[in-house]
Amino acid sequence: MSTLVIKDLHVAIDGKEILKGVNLSLNTNEIHAIMGPNGTGKSTLASAIMGHPKYEVTSGSITLDGENVLEMEVDERAKAGLFLAMQYPSEISGVTNADFLRSAINARRGEGNEVSLMKFIRELDEKMDFLEMPEEMGQRYLNEGFSGGEKKRNEILQLMMIKPKFAILDEIDSGLDIDALKVVSKGINAMRGEGFGCVMITHYQRLLNYITPDHIHIMMQGKVVRSGGAELAEKLEAEGYDWIKKELGIEDEEETTGQEA
Amino acid sequence: MTVETKLSVTAQDVRSFSEANNEPSWLTELRERALADVETLPMVKPDKTNVEKWNFTEFPTHTVESTTYASLEELPEEVKAIVDAEGQQNVYIQHNNTPAYLKVSEELASKGVILTDILTAAREHGDLVQKYFMTEGVKIDQHKLTALHAALVNGGVFVYVPKDVIVEEPIQAVFLHDNADASLYNHVLVVAEANSSITYVENYLSTVEEAKGQANIISEVIVNDNASVTYGAVDVLAKGFTTYVNRRAILHRDAKVDWALGLMNDSDTISENVTYLKGDGSYADTKSVVVGRGDQSQNFTTEVRHWGKASNGYILIHGVMKDSSRGIFNGIGKIEHGATKADAEQESRVLMLNKDARGDANPILLIDEDDVTAGHAASVGRVDPVQLYYLMSRGISKAEAERLVIHGFLAPVVNKLPIDGVKKQLTEVIERKVR
Repeated sequence: MSTLVIKDLHVAIDGKEILKGVNLSLNTNEIHAIMGPNGTGKSTLASAIMGHPKYEVTSGSITLDGENVLEMEVDERAKAGLFLAMQYPSEISGVTNADFLRSAINARRGEGNEVSLMKFIRELDEKMDFLEMPEEMGQRYLNEGFSGGEKKRNEILQLMMIKPKFAILDEIDSGLDIDALKVVSKGINAMRGEGFGCVMITHYQRLLNYITPDHIHIMMQGKVVRSGGAELAEKLEAEGYDWIKKELGIEDEEETTGQEA
Repeated sequence: MTVETKLSVTAQDVRSFSEANNEPSWLTELRERALADVETLPMVKPDKTNVEKWNFTEFPTHTVESTTYASLEELPEEVKAIVDAEGQQNVYIQHNNTPAYLKVSEELASKGVILTDILTAAREHGDLVQKYFMTEGVKIDQHKLTALHAALVNGGVFVYVPKDVIVEEPIQAVFLHDNADASLYNHVLVVAEANSSITYVENYLSTVEEAKGQANIISEVIVNDNASVTYGAVDVLAKGFTTYVNRRAILHRDAKVDWALGLMNDSDTISENVTYLKGDGSYADTKSVVVGRGDQSQNFTTEVRHWGKASNGYILIHGVMKDSSRGIFNGIGKIEHGATKADAEQESRVLMLNKDARGDANPILLIDEDDVTAGHAASVGRVDPVQLYYLMSRGISKAEAERLVIHGFLAPVVNKLPIDGVKKQLTEVIERKVR
């Protein structure tokens, strides 16, 4: 079993503090959901874990099985087992989806241990078929001209091919119609099990109808303010966030601090 | 303004060279006239690059004698890598200034297709060469360098495709440069008669580190009514040359040209790629990629000029500038009065890899007609850190991520090259240059 531990994490962007002391502990074989209103730092948390160049960790720690994640370069974090399905995946012209995926897989396997082309193609075909992606998408340039839904599917395809220890899914459900949401959920559920842990960041209860989380966390004002089981999501669905705000004495949600990108 | 020109050759040298090659008298006279004009013509003035101090005229010797090859097996390894010895049916290899190898399939010969070195062509197909040599395309008196070129032509190739002949297999020319003293005054003349079609691919390949000579290269492509030419080139000339390369196409009615140019010289270079869309319905697609490195200075002008109605011109140039290299990218779409329904589009993008590298993209649209469409896009920037982050977040190292982004950036031209060996070579040259 692997463990990802986030302790008292403070993160700033352009000098403005967004995360104000996040604590979270995740194990493989668990699915977590982080919910909360817009602008509370959910995506910032995801980006800080992966090492986005714009986000500055000002204090606190992130460790993966005791290893200091914050000292690692972005690619080292990936090789250590972290994966972030991004809210806005980059488009890379001239690099085919398939070539990119093979580079990613081989980077993790290391020199001299590259995956055979045949094996790679077989697995790629299989996974694309599972995610109901047309074969030609392998030969298209990475995310270039992909629709919002295609990009999200492509993130899940990468997840399934790379097989990380921990996946963070940053609003994987946003902009998806119900059919696409079902396909994406099918992919995530297929990964579920021993050796795989997952954090889903979402605004919407809807995603949780397809993927049942083991733990739910609510973020507000740059902190995790409540954690619980599936019952917490149901309460949110029924009553919204107002009751938590009341309990915490939050007057104004400060939507304007929004730094979700 | 006059620039003093110190020429290393005299009128007598030019005459003797011409006579030694048994050239027809029109060519000898043309050379002499051109040489006489060199002194008074203005120097080429590429937009935004000052070339006043560039040495365009001095060189150790006009021609060098190099070995010929009896078979493709004898080629140096670097050339073997780009010529498919078994598959390539039609190939011309020039070794410095010496026509070193020629293979033309019986099928092409029987259809009347001509592929031979330019000086042999002047002897054996004088009427055709005389008709097209610096008449319709590049003019001898355009500037000092075109005149100098006409006077000193010492190599190149002539490709002629008769009416209605479709050549399926690409024709390949390799200009191997392995003698530091050599100068390349190559003239390439491609003539596609009406309704014909051809693919021509050339490589300029230096295998010496430093050159001491001049590279003054002119290609003229004449595409007659409803004919089609695909022209691929990979230039890899050594540092030390002062390179002037001018590739020009003249298109008649419904004619089509596709350019795919990999401009990878290590020398200071002026590169012009100009297409004249003279005929109605003519079409030009020009794609170029550039990698600049070291302290070289380069100027690239890609121009499509429209006279024909409903003519289409597309320019795409992507450049990567490294170290302290400088690159000026002038894209010019010019629509003349009367060219109604013409469409002129261009895109220039420059990626700078080091803080001392300089790239300038200058999109220019000159339009003298109302009923047209035109557009341009240009950008100069650095590798996007968010793209690198995305690639690295999948475990790809920073160096490899940069490599992927750069190759992707240059892929639009690499993928267009019609010969696999040449495509592979360009990929490898890019790899070597951006590392």
